[in-house]
Amino acid sequence: MSAEVQTKQAVMEMTPKSQDEKQNNQPMDGSAVLIQGLKDQGVEVIFGYPGGAVLPIYDALYKDPIPHVLARHEQGAIHAAEGYARVSGKPGVVIATSGPGATNLVTGITDAMMDSLPLVVFTGQVASTVIGTDAFQEADIIGITQPITKHNYQVRDVADLPRIIKEAFHIASTGRRGPVVVDIPKNVATEIFVTEEERDAEVNLPGYQPTTTPNYLQIQKAAEAIRFARKPLILAGAGVLHGQAMEELKTLVETKRIPVTNTLLGLGSIAGHHELFLGMAGMHGTYTANMAISECDLLINVGARFDDRLTGNLQTFAPHAKIIHIDIDPAEIGKNVPTEIPIVADSKEALQALLNQEFHAPDTEEWLAYLRGMQEEAPLWYNVDEHEFLPQEAIQMIHRITEGDAIVTTDVGQHQMWAAQYYSLNNPDFWVTSGGLGTMGFGFPAAIGAQIAKPDERVVAIVGDGGFQMTAQELSLLQEMRIPVKVVILNNGALGMVRQWQETFYDERYSQSLIPVQPDFVKLAEAYDLKGYRITKKEDAEQIFREALLSDEPVLIDCRVKMLENVYPMVAPGKGLQEMIGVKSK
Amino acid sequence: MRRVITVTVINQSGVLNRVTGLLMKRQFNIESITVGHSEQPGMSKMTFIVHVEDERKIEQLLKQLQKQIDVIKVNDITDKAIVMRELALVKVVSPPHARSEINSIIEPFRATVIDSGKNVVTYQVTGAPEKIEAFIDLVKPYGIKELSRTGATAFTREIQKVNSPQLSILK
Repeated sequence: MSAEVQTKQAVMEMTPKSQDEKQNNQPMDGSAVLIQGLKDQGVEVIFGYPGGAVLPIYDALYKDPIPHVLARHEQGAIHAAEGYARVSGKPGVVIATSGPGATNLVTGITDAMMDSLPLVVFTGQVASTVIGTDAFQEADIIGITQPITKHNYQVRDVADLPRIIKEAFHIASTGRRGPVVVDIPKNVATEIFVTEEERDAEVNLPGYQPTTTPNYLQIQKAAEAIRFARKPLILAGAGVLHGQAMEELKTLVETKRIPVTNTLLGLGSIAGHHELFLGMAGMHGTYTANMAISECDLLINVGARFDDRLTGNLQTFAPHAKIIHIDIDPAEIGKNVPTEIPIVADSKEALQALLNQEFHAPDTEEWLAYLRGMQEEAPLWYNVDEHEFLPQEAIQMIHRITEGDAIVTTDVGQHQMWAAQYYSLNNPDFWVTSGGLGTMGFGFPAAIGAQIAKPDERVVAIVGDGGFQMTAQELSLLQEMRIPVKVVILNNGALGMVRQWQETFYDERYSQSLIPVQPDFVKLAEAYDLKGYRITKKEDAEQIFREALLSDEPVLIDCRVKMLENVYPMVAPGKGLQEMIGVKSK
Repeated sequence: MRRVITVTVINQSGVLNRVTGLLMKRQFNIESITVGHSEQPGMSKMTFIVHVEDERKIEQLLKQLQKQIDVIKVNDITDKAIVMRELALVKVVSPPHARSEINSIIEPFRATVIDSGKNVVTYQVTGAPEKIEAFIDLVKPYGIKELSRTGATAFTREIQKVNSPQLSILK
């Protein structure tokens, strides 16, 4: 039996036998209502960690189970939920206890907020009667998470719970997706819940009506602008993936012959090998993608938010371009870059409406030829080292062995940029990375969540030696739940991106960025009953990678790579996209 | 520039915190803020005056406020014909020999005496924030012992002038 099948089975085994005769007329307490509510929402898996304030909830879960992933730290639980949400498109569900349990979720909640990932997070709270008295394990999680959630609730009355659960899922998974926190005081979880009517209470959100249908006149204007553009460019962001508009994007790109670039989070929205794809844009984007932004006369932004790592210096961003910006969140339009044609809509609906206009394709052949020439002249490059294995080579090797079909997750930093540059994705929603918040320790637990969402796919967590050590405790889950994630540590013995900036901007003063002592990662893997591999010589790399990545088991690969390698090309901070350094010389 | 914003919100616990938290997160400077029940049950109305650098910043503010789940309606009424009122309580040092002098000076402000003691008098004055300022300036030389202002509340007038220019007092 393959490991993939086993994982599925492990998850299935935890699925409860049907409890249909759910005592519809018997009184239920808050916890039972919560579990029932989660089942009604189709929740397949919960990522969580128990504790005092959520004892009633975990007791209800014991009686009426939903598959539960017991992370070893709440941060691991929530990053796994993010990975699950990114890959499946469904909200990730997290449960943690009050106080430290809840505060340990803060990084993950913020990460999900920045990258628009749907999460519904349930936190325990001390009993209503002692809230505000600095009780044991009390934290004002509503106050703490107010600026980092799409919305949050504290359940004051158990009668509100069924409605709040429905609203939380509705808010998290519609419009611009995001995390919703529901704080449940312990007494509310045990209060007996009375009426049928309250259980059937529907979503009531008069202040929340996201616009998904584009304005027709704006679509006409956009079509007109594309029709007459000579150097159009599409910038496809994560909004394409969130809206599942990949087919529409591909049709637009191919029928109108418009070149396309991606933001970091938009990678995968168009196949990495598509002939009209220019590679990623931004700080470590390709030279061609950045020059295309700088020279285009029409920039069609679909679901990207003009983040500073993408735009570089705003004064010189897309100086010749008219801007069309399609976004589901009106607050993103005009926030950083003035926009001529704003379109507030769901990406799929907007692109469909645009395609329905049936306008003539602009003549872009000259523009495309120009960009192709640039791609040939200034491709991504690195200098192969005679002795040392380069991280770029490692990623290209992983790409070759997995044939571009793996789900790839990363942390933040050098390895993330190299993975973005060199792991050309065949499939959408196969790229899980912490973009907006840039969270170290994200990649590995996110891979666990991704694997649970897609048990039949190969999941590779590409992480650095620094970030991996922030959430390494989740190695426990791999054997326990038979999750065959492949952990690849690109081990350069340094906090690579920090070190690179210190080299470039601080005269090589490597302040606290070199890691002198490290655990033996292979032994660490073995301690968790996992197979560990170490790559120290570049000659062995291919064979070890092949054996490890193609195995059906969870594995950890400690891949030693050159320490002093830098990510290039690069737009230095404060510079414009057209001022890249480290471009391959012609 | 100074903008007058009214926001209708669902009257839920934490909603004031949510709105002011948002203003803090996005680095807006609040001059005054008032909140109270509105004509609709379960709804509250907030009025706040903020200082912003430019049009884009104010547009961001309105959009960010609109995004809040508990916010029903957001209006920037600065450029409309509006009524705006604020109330202030001012405790002024007012010995018997100066009292009639003060009373005559402030007479045009239609302030009312709501408490008086041997040497102090408390006045209540209502009006646009500028009027309150003028009142305070006038009584300041006599010595202000205590001052408390409510902040402005406002809404649009029934009849709007077409293309009304920005009210000069708000510039």
